[in-house]
Order: sequence, then structure tokens, then C-alpha cells
Amino acid sequence: MLNPELKLNTKMFDEKVEQVPIRQGFGEGLLAAGGKDLRVVGLCADLTESTKMNLFSEKFPNRFIQVGVAEQNLASVASGLAAMGKIPFISSYAMFSPGRNWEQIRTTICYNDRPVKIAGSHAGISVGPDGGTHQAVEDMAITRVIPRMMVLSPCDSIEAKKATIASVDTGTPVYIRLAREKTPVMTTEATPFEVGKAQVFWQTMRPKAGIIATGALLHRALLAAKELEKKGVEIEVMNLSSIKPLDEIAIVALAKKAGRIITVEEHQIRGGMGSAVAECLAKNFPVPMEFIGVDDQFGQSGTPDELIEHYGMGKNSIIKAVEKILKR
Amino acid sequence: MELTDEKIIELKEKANDIRISLIEALIIAGSGHTAGPLDMADIFTVLFFHTLRHNPQKPEWPERDMLVLSNGHICPVLYSTMAHAGYFPVEELKTLRKFGTRLQGHPHRDFLPMLETSSGPLGSGLSQAVGMALSDKIDHGLTGERRIYALLSDGEQDCGQTWEAAMLAGKEKLHNLIAVIDRNNIQIEGYTENVMPLESLSDKWRAWNWHVIEIDGHNIEEIADAFEATKAIFGKPTIIIAHTIAGKGVPEFERDYRWHGSPPGKGPTDKVPAEKQGEVALAELRTLGGKIKSEHQ
Repeated sequence: MLNPELKLNTKMFDEKVEQVPIRQGFGEGLLAAGGKDLRVVGLCADLTESTKMNLFSEKFPNRFIQVGVAEQNLASVASGLAAMGKIPFISSYAMFSPGRNWEQIRTTICYNDRPVKIAGSHAGISVGPDGGTHQAVEDMAITRVIPRMMVLSPCDSIEAKKATIASVDTGTPVYIRLAREKTPVMTTEATPFEVGKAQVFWQTMRPKAGIIATGALLHRALLAAKELEKKGVEIEVMNLSSIKPLDEIAIVALAKKAGRIITVEEHQIRGGMGSAVAECLAKNFPVPMEFIGVDDQFGQSGTPDELIEHYGMGKNSIIKAVEKILKR
Repeated sequence: MELTDEKIIELKEKANDIRISLIEALIIAGSGHTAGPLDMADIFTVLFFHTLRHNPQKPEWPERDMLVLSNGHICPVLYSTMAHAGYFPVEELKTLRKFGTRLQGHPHRDFLPMLETSSGPLGSGLSQAVGMALSDKIDHGLTGERRIYALLSDGEQDCGQTWEAAMLAGKEKLHNLIAVIDRNNIQIEGYTENVMPLESLSDKWRAWNWHVIEIDGHNIEEIADAFEATKAIFGKPTIIIAHTIAGKGVPEFERDYRWHGSPPGKGPTDKVPAEKQGEVALAELRTLGGKIKSEHQ
């Protein structure tokens, strides 16, 4: 059952569940943060509307800087603004920021200890028809490896709004991973959010396995859990939106309770959230694991649903992974 | 501050002291860059002892001018100038590049927080300076007193990011931003015009709506006048193309790109044998190239 303490959206399993793009939550969060804190400035590389930074730029034009298609400059100009006490948010597609400008993020932001917030929109394969060049499925790997960087991967628009607002005062660089497509709203305004905390969304008494999911695929993991329940298979589902810092206590607790872990992410299996979980469990409490994600391939054009199915990240793939791990 | 004849002489002597200290540090370090630090000593001297609004006793003074060193590899001249200006003891220069030092091989704020930026990878300093200048524009609409100085190499004019920053600064009309290019015509693998031709450099910067000043980067008066002249420029950032002699101050090292990344003792040996390079460099500097007969004169 859904964890009642988290005040989740009880209509999330309805066929007509409310769907909102995760990036919309970033736009609303930045608007709210900008209204409260004059240090907040926004910079964008010619994708203001796409990344929903337009909500901020229209309200606070004096605190918005359009840098053009120049992501390397985007990162380092933000570093300079942060050096003067500003809290800069930079936005582009994840493929270009933190993709193209990785070294500038590493050196001029993280090594330089400047609290720049990097919003990478259009992350994951569900970007769809634009094709593989625009589908960032490596972004969590390349950001979580940098010292000082926090990495947040919200599951829906409401959590994205909370993550954006929370990132203002971390005092660190933060990468916020955003998806393009409309995705089911699973949380509510009342759902607690804290950087570094994982939450069990779907609870059972005697789980045979635990799923740890991040981003919009969490919804498919929850659908899988519900379907498995009908088959008499109890599993738990955790939302892991804070990839770094990682809630090792909660992850180990789930591994101890469930005995088997399946990770689900719209990202390369190598280096992503699943790898972070594996690092934690190998060190603290090794259990059998399965990894749902992109398996060392590039994306292609298609509808988001077609692509999620093709690359083995849909509900049925998750159920198969559970059935497979139960035999281990 | 007026630049009197006495002050000019004082600054020339200071620049020489800074060169001597940085050569001594490089000899002890046994690695590091020689040519760029030597040729930028005059400009660093004018900045730290004449132009900059700063306070070595209060490095975090909030109203200070900002100095961003983009080509971090010439940090021996930054460290040496900062030490002579009173930021830390000159003696500390001997720790350059050693384990545990505040004076990292390329500047790192974690170790020396009074640095405005950490740097090393080329091409990103101007962007950071643009961000600093923009911050003041947001707060004061370009009416503030603070000026942001960015020091660039000519080699990093190869980097695309330099031009991304140049475009944005021109667009934003950042007249509180002054950049200096060390036009010493060398980079690590050769002469700039062979590795990647840059000329006409001044036309390139003018095209992005920058005010361009070209100076002799070793003439104290010209350097100081150029910085002063930028105060009269409105609605444009200024680039000062400082024509310098790579390795300036040690004739045996001058104009030779092979001294870009070598310390005395590990440089090219066709003019001076390796074991004599440190000694020769210090003798040249201490006697101002033979102009002073005795080191104690």
C-alpha cells in the first residue's frame, strides 16, 4: 500500500492521473525562490522556454542573463556571479549542461567551490522524437563523480519544485535532473522533501524484493508493485530522488528488510543511480541486485512509451526483473 | 594615484624583485613555467602596486577590485607579486608546488582562499570575470567603482570559450571589465602564429564590441596609463593587448617558446647548460642584464 505518512497522491493509479512535465516544477520552484531571495539569478543558453526558466526571466528580467548557445560560458559566468555572492541557476538540456560543459562545471564551479545550481532538462530517453543526440542518459554518472556536487533527480513536478527551492541554501553546487515529457504526479504539496532522504512510497509487510527508482520511472515501478501484489508477490518501492548525498541508512534498511534490490532509472546502467546503490550495498550489506536502465547503448527517435519499452524500462520489464531476482 | 618619475623607478625595481623571487621559487620547485611569469611581471607590478583597489591586510574587503588569472600556469608571478605586496611572507614562495603548500602548481582557492578563482584549464577565466562584472551590473547598473580585471594568455585565444565570453561582455556593455592579453607570441608547442594564427587579434576583439588598447607590456608608464584610460570608456569592455617578450629579464631565455613550461635547470641547453640555468637567470636579474656591476650596488 501507499505509505500514508507521505501524503502521496492517492489518484496516482487512476487512468486519468494528473500529468505535468517535471521541468515545469523547476520553473515554478525557481520563480518562488527568486521571489524570496534577491541573490537568485538565472542564466540560460537559448532554451529559456524549453527549460521553463521563462517563468523566472519574465518576472525578474534584471536578474536573468541570456548567454546564447554557449554552455561552457554559461557554467563559468555563473561561477563568477557566485563568487560575488549570487546564487546562480543555469539551465539547458542535460546533454549540453552538464554534458558539453563538464570540465567548466568541474573546475570553475566545483573545484572553485561556487554554489551554482545546474538544471539539466530533457534528461533520459523519454525526450522521444528528437533522437539520441538529445537524450542525456549519462548525466547522473558525470555529475555524481565530482566532489562537492549534489545530485537530485525528482520523480515529479511537485518534487522538482521542492528540490529547486531546497537547492538554494545547500551552499554547494547542485545538479537537478529534469525530464521533458508530462509525467504522472505522485506526490502532493504535503509530501515531505529533504535533500539526502530516500522515501519508501509502497510498503508491504513481508517484501521479497525492494525496488529503488528515481525520476518519472518511479510511477512504472509503483504500477509493477501493484500488479505483483495481485499475484501475491510483496515488494517495496523506494523513491530515491537524492542521488548524492545518498541515504545509505534507508537503502541498507530496505536491503535488510527485502533481501533483494532492483534499481530503476532512465539512465545508463553504468555509473548511474543503480551503481551508487550498488556501491553502498557492496560496502554495507551485499544482496542480489538487478539493474533496470539503458544497457550501454545510445537512444533513437520514437515516442517516449515506445522507447521506454524498447530499452527495457517499462512496467513489464520491471516485473520480469523482480521475477528473475526472486529465483536468485 | 599620480605616477611620478620616482614611482616609476620604484615599480621597475619592484618588478625585478618579483622576477628574482619567482625564479628562486621555480629553481627550488624543479618544475613549473618560466617564460610567462617573467614577461608578465611588469603588468602584475603595476596592478598590485598602483592600479588595483585592494588591501593585502584584508583580502576579503568586499569593495575590492577583482583580479582573475585565467592562465593559471603563470601563477609563480601571481604568488610572487602577492607575497611582495604583503599577502603572505616572501619566504613562503619556497614552498611552491611542494606537498602541503598553499601555493599549488596551478592556483587553488581551497589552499589559498584569498585567490579570486582557481584556474589552470585554459579559456575559462574571462567567463568568470564576465560573471563578476555582471553581478555588479545587476546590483548597481554599472555605476559602481569596482573594476574586474581578467588576465589572459595569447595561447588561450585558441579556446572557443574565450570568444563566448567576449561576445557576452560586448552584448552586456560591461565597461567595468578590463581584460589583458599577454601577447608574448609563444605557447607550449611553438610560436602562436605557427600553432594557430591569431592575427589580427585586435580586429577580432573590436568585432565583438570591445575597446582595444595595444601597449608595450614592459613599459611601466604605458601599462599604468592604459589602465587609467579605461576609466573613460563607457558602454564597452576594454581589452589591453600587451606586447611582451617571452621570458623577459633573462636574455638567454627570451623569445624562446621552449621556456614556456620549463623551470631553470630543465630548460633548453643550447645556450646555457642545465646546471647553470638558475645561476645565470638570477645573475641577469640581480645585475639587470649587466647594467649593474655588483649585485650589492
